[in-house]
Amino acid sequence: MSAQFLQLLFSGITVGATYALAALGFTLIYNASNVINFAQGEFIMLGGMLTVFFIHTGLPMPLAVALAIVLPAGVGILIEKLAIQPAKGAEVVALIIITIGASLLIRGLAQVFFGKGSFGLEPFSSHAPIDIGGAVLLPQSLWVLAVTALVVVMLWLFFSRTVMGKAIRATSCNPLAAQLVGIDVHWVLLLSYALSAALGAIGGILLTPLTMTSYDVGIMLGLKGFVAAVVGGLGSGLGAVLGGLLVGIIEAMSAGYLSSAYKDAVPFVLIFIILFFLPRGLMGAKATERV
Amino acid sequence: MATTKVSGGDTPMLLEIDGLSAGYGRIEAVRNVSLAVGRGQLVALVGANGAGKTTLLRTISGVHRSSGGRVLFDGRDITRHRPAERVRLGICQVPEGRQVFGPLSVADNLRLGAYIGCDRRVIADDMDRMYALFPILKQKAALPAGTLSGGQQQMLAMARALMGRPRMLLLDEPSMGLAPLLVEEILAAVNDLRKQGITIFLIEQNAHAALSIADHGYVIESGKVVLSGTGAELLGNEQVRAAYLGI
Repeated sequence: MSAQFLQLLFSGITVGATYALAALGFTLIYNASNVINFAQGEFIMLGGMLTVFFIHTGLPMPLAVALAIVLPAGVGILIEKLAIQPAKGAEVVALIIITIGASLLIRGLAQVFFGKGSFGLEPFSSHAPIDIGGAVLLPQSLWVLAVTALVVVMLWLFFSRTVMGKAIRATSCNPLAAQLVGIDVHWVLLLSYALSAALGAIGGILLTPLTMTSYDVGIMLGLKGFVAAVVGGLGSGLGAVLGGLLVGIIEAMSAGYLSSAYKDAVPFVLIFIILFFLPRGLMGAKATERV
Repeated sequence: MATTKVSGGDTPMLLEIDGLSAGYGRIEAVRNVSLAVGRGQLVALVGANGAGKTTLLRTISGVHRSSGGRVLFDGRDITRHRPAERVRLGICQVPEGRQVFGPLSVADNLRLGAYIGCDRRVIADDMDRMYALFPILKQKAALPAGTLSGGQQQMLAMARALMGRPRMLLLDEPSMGLAPLLVEEILAAVNDLRKQGITIFLIEQNAHAALSIADHGYVIESGKVVLSGTGAELLGNEQVRAAYLGI
């Protein structure tokens, strides 16, 4: 394997991991309510920007990171309470448009509050790159991968082992029956928004030391997370992770071997190709329900 | 304590419905329905497709809003209670068409039936009781519920509702889409549950099967209760025989 290929693979997987986190966020809300939450990208932005902000105010790194995860989760809850809940019963398309409105509002407020500048963040640990087969791997990339893997494993345990996680899955496959066993479906929706916002924020925090952040990074990162979710098969958690990595790797490869000018277009071409051959995405649910 | 009486008996009522109306937009599916279910009784509501049976049941369990009237459970007005609160009071519904959680395992479906429960040991005991009641569910415990046959899904839906330790079980068309032999099996199970002391409100299109095990029955037409009486009375009633039993 050539060093260049390996290098592109490293950077693709790193970026892809954050797309995977965003895609998991899309998946959570989609499963809970069939809504594509286009404010997902803003949670990524908030994660990075808030970390930078809190570190500038002098807070220690762990506290800044914790706040930068908790606050976007609160914003997610607010969106659900103030914008989605009042429109209860509206068509899914209307709800999706509401999320676009929410994303514009968050982006606008961030621009006013943080300004238009780009901000960086010190890597979490050493700067010294690691040499693997002629390619360099930044320690921050390891952070991204390790934290993403940890989050994915924890989510998997939550949804497969805990009653609360199973209740969320039950609500997403049959809200009526879920209500009949006493699950509060509104509470499930709130939790989904909080969780998916937190996931986006974690991705944003991890990525900021590598790529810088500004008030408007949420659009592109969010859209690529969406592409990852669709490519993986909307609604599938495993699909979201695979889709995220795939989008990240293909994007990095095309930037390296073709031209970086096309980098941002590649995921959207990918979505066409995948959906043409696999309309349900890579891991999309097959309709096997028995009537 | 409620004071309404059913014809012939003087059992205190567990569920009382008083002038209940409900509908979809301007269409009224349930119109001014009043009925009562006594403690420990099996009461059947029979009627044709589209008569408003399911809407009535959903209004009782709270997943559908009523537009007028009251629902009293154990003497308490629960008309404005959310579904989860009603489950906590002991009202568990087996929905029409089973509605099991398809992608989740049979065991997980049962566990979620006890979502409101908190004592792990009680829940584990209840699951063992369900497996004893419906042995097929034990064999298939690890499989996704969506892979079960229709009859097995009906058993699972009933077992899931029973996991909520209901004081009152609402059954919506348990015989729907099942082979005659299975219908008998399911209704025998319903009868057994009544003998164990669970109050049951059964909704059926299959009037004969439902009325033959019911203590009391109501006939609903176009959203209104048009007849009521003991199960035996209704089975012998000329109108009922002509309209629902095809005799």
